[in-house]
Amino acid sequence: MEKFDTPKLETYLKTPALKSDVMTGSGPFKANADMQKSLGFPGKKVDNWQQVAIEKMGETISKYRSLPVFLDACVKCGACADKCHYFLGTGDPKNMPVARQDLFRSVYRRHFTFAGKYFPKLVGAKEFDESMLDDWYNYFHQCSECRRCSVYCPYGIDTAEITMAAREVMNAIGVGQKYCNQILGKVKKIGNNLGMPEPALRDTLLDLEEEIEEDTGVAVKLPLDHQGAEILLITPSADFFAEPHIDGLIGYAKVFHQSGDSWTLSSYASEGANFGMFIGNYDIMREGALRIRKAALDLGVKRIIVGECGHAWRVAYSFWNTLTGIGDGATDEYALQLQNQLNQNYPQPQHIIEYTYDLIQKGRLTFDKSKNDHRTVTFHDSCNVARGSNMGGIENGQFILPREVIKAACNHFVDMSEGTIKASTFCCGGGGGLLTDDLLELRVKGALPRMQALKQSEEKGGVNTLAALCAICKSQFSKVLPYYDFDPFMVVSVHQLVSEALVLDGENSQQESKAL
Amino acid sequence: MSLTSILFTVFFYLAVSLCLVGVTLKVIQYASTPVPLKIPTAPAPLTKFGVILRMMREVFLFSSLFKASKWTWLFGWLFHWALVLLFIRHLPYFWPGETPEILRQTESLRYAAFPLIFGLSGLLARRFFVDRVRYISAPSDYLLLILLILIALTGALMTFAQFYPDMGKVYAFAEGLITFDWSELPSGGIFLAHIFMVFVLIAIFPISKILHAPGVFFSPTLNQVDDARKKRHISDWAFDKEKNSKGG
Repeated sequence: MEKFDTPKLETYLKTPALKSDVMTGSGPFKANADMQKSLGFPGKKVDNWQQVAIEKMGETISKYRSLPVFLDACVKCGACADKCHYFLGTGDPKNMPVARQDLFRSVYRRHFTFAGKYFPKLVGAKEFDESMLDDWYNYFHQCSECRRCSVYCPYGIDTAEITMAAREVMNAIGVGQKYCNQILGKVKKIGNNLGMPEPALRDTLLDLEEEIEEDTGVAVKLPLDHQGAEILLITPSADFFAEPHIDGLIGYAKVFHQSGDSWTLSSYASEGANFGMFIGNYDIMREGALRIRKAALDLGVKRIIVGECGHAWRVAYSFWNTLTGIGDGATDEYALQLQNQLNQNYPQPQHIIEYTYDLIQKGRLTFDKSKNDHRTVTFHDSCNVARGSNMGGIENGQFILPREVIKAACNHFVDMSEGTIKASTFCCGGGGGLLTDDLLELRVKGALPRMQALKQSEEKGGVNTLAALCAICKSQFSKVLPYYDFDPFMVVSVHQLVSEALVLDGENSQQESKAL
Repeated sequence: MSLTSILFTVFFYLAVSLCLVGVTLKVIQYASTPVPLKIPTAPAPLTKFGVILRMMREVFLFSSLFKASKWTWLFGWLFHWALVLLFIRHLPYFWPGETPEILRQTESLRYAAFPLIFGLSGLLARRFFVDRVRYISAPSDYLLLILLILIALTGALMTFAQFYPDMGKVYAFAEGLITFDWSELPSGGIFLAHIFMVFVLIAIFPISKILHAPGVFFSPTLNQVDDARKKRHISDWAFDKEKNSKGG
């Protein structure tokens, strides 16, 4: 790993001058033959890769309307150019969303448009040669698919769609990324991103139960494969082992304990994350979703609730009904069976934030907010939640509900400045399949805009706690905060705040009796 | 008819045909390409009515561009609206027979030429002076702006600097194009340059970035209702997969 300089935090976020090719390079580690083959991709770069790539481009363009529309419509107005956190953090012009798209668009123009076929120079059409492929691999792995650019584009052009298509094309010619494809192989084989088998998961959950009982004196359970439970909780596997994620999991368990609803985790579908989205592969994404459908059917649950994970919630909220017919309108027998089985009085699926928020609204949770009085909290809107989903079925619910849950558990809450939160939120810098140490420089630099906003809220509002509801955001912040002289432990799960302030039935008397 | 008149008449029909056929093919391509997933972007409307409002805000006000860059918005918005007004201003030339009263009131719309030139010049200046925009500009991006500026300048010269051609002949020629009752062009290099460039603009519509005009209506991030949990959204090709599904 080469050394790099962490950017300095200025008073205001500045748009950098262009620094051509500063982030050029060979990109993240590539997947080996086994990883590629386990997902049905060629084991190594195929000999006639150009031909295969162009054919695959044609196929994706004919299957996804977003592609021909976005590729044709861009007028190069530059509205998106200064909106990407990777551009703001690096100054590399190829990290401007439009320039990133142009890597794809220039090949599209050359092979699929009249102007590009006959007047390539005039319209910036280019051949798909080795150096173009290098740029594709490098720069399409410097996009976290956070969609911030799409909010500012007059035509809604979403670079994430282009990045996904580009990764799909690269996988089809045998050029895959190690981090994503290795993880997808583990989900396929074992059921979660970690490759954590059932016994290990069971042990972890038992340990947690002991820990909670020691802390509170209350026997809060974390059931696994509990047949006939009311609720199936699907959460990112990072919640089972990583800090601060695990404290969020404890929070969910306490909320379920207080509500009295029976719930369970599944060892077969022990993963909420779905990296199939990151590589733009519909089939793999669907496979992941079908695992969850099967677990729900086998366990006979009435509700499916998703834990704190950004893209998992985007996939669950926006795609599950399409992929598996979980909500309404599917026709195959398993989907119909699932629809009959699930309680349609609730939206399916629901987010854990929606669940906790409902309980708060109904007055079924009691908080001792003073437990969080040492904290001044700010909230990081995770990109996939902010720009790819909703909560509560009300407009902007995905911004309102988490803040309301935090405020129910904390006395001191301060938002970061407008333009860096809600629909305009900056990505943490590690999303979209980039949360790997071989991309550390990119991750640190890409975090700059978020760190800038955090610094401001620290100076002006005394913020000392950064709450997030995405496993990737939490891991990424834990890693990059020290580069900007922040305390890495200032990151917490939203449900950690809930956990700390939630008053459990029997908790006080238990502690008092201990004291006596 | 003179050879010039014949050539221009033929070119007009050629340009319009290319435009109509090309745009129709493109629209058919967009409309027939499936949208397999729900991908509305924030702030996503929860109802169809909300989508209509959002589209109107984008198309009439350029609301996303306003959020992104005030200067680009100002130049771009002025240019597009001036173009609309000047299009209306040109309708009387083509109106067969008696011009309706309402179109006779459009005389003052000619002043839209000034915001048009101002907006286009601003957009061109950005391509030269803002390093980010310069980086992403291809020759065609400059040429299209220059073409539009030249159209605007030649039009303005005729209107405001008294370089106007024989207006009777202009009406006759334009009306003739619509009624297939062709007539002689007026003389005057500026006029000929003006309409030649307009015909070029019409011809390149379907093979250039002007496709953003129909494209915006097909943009799934803007035109989708955010109701994935309530209503199942599925494309044909995904549905075919499902029929062969073994459950999971």
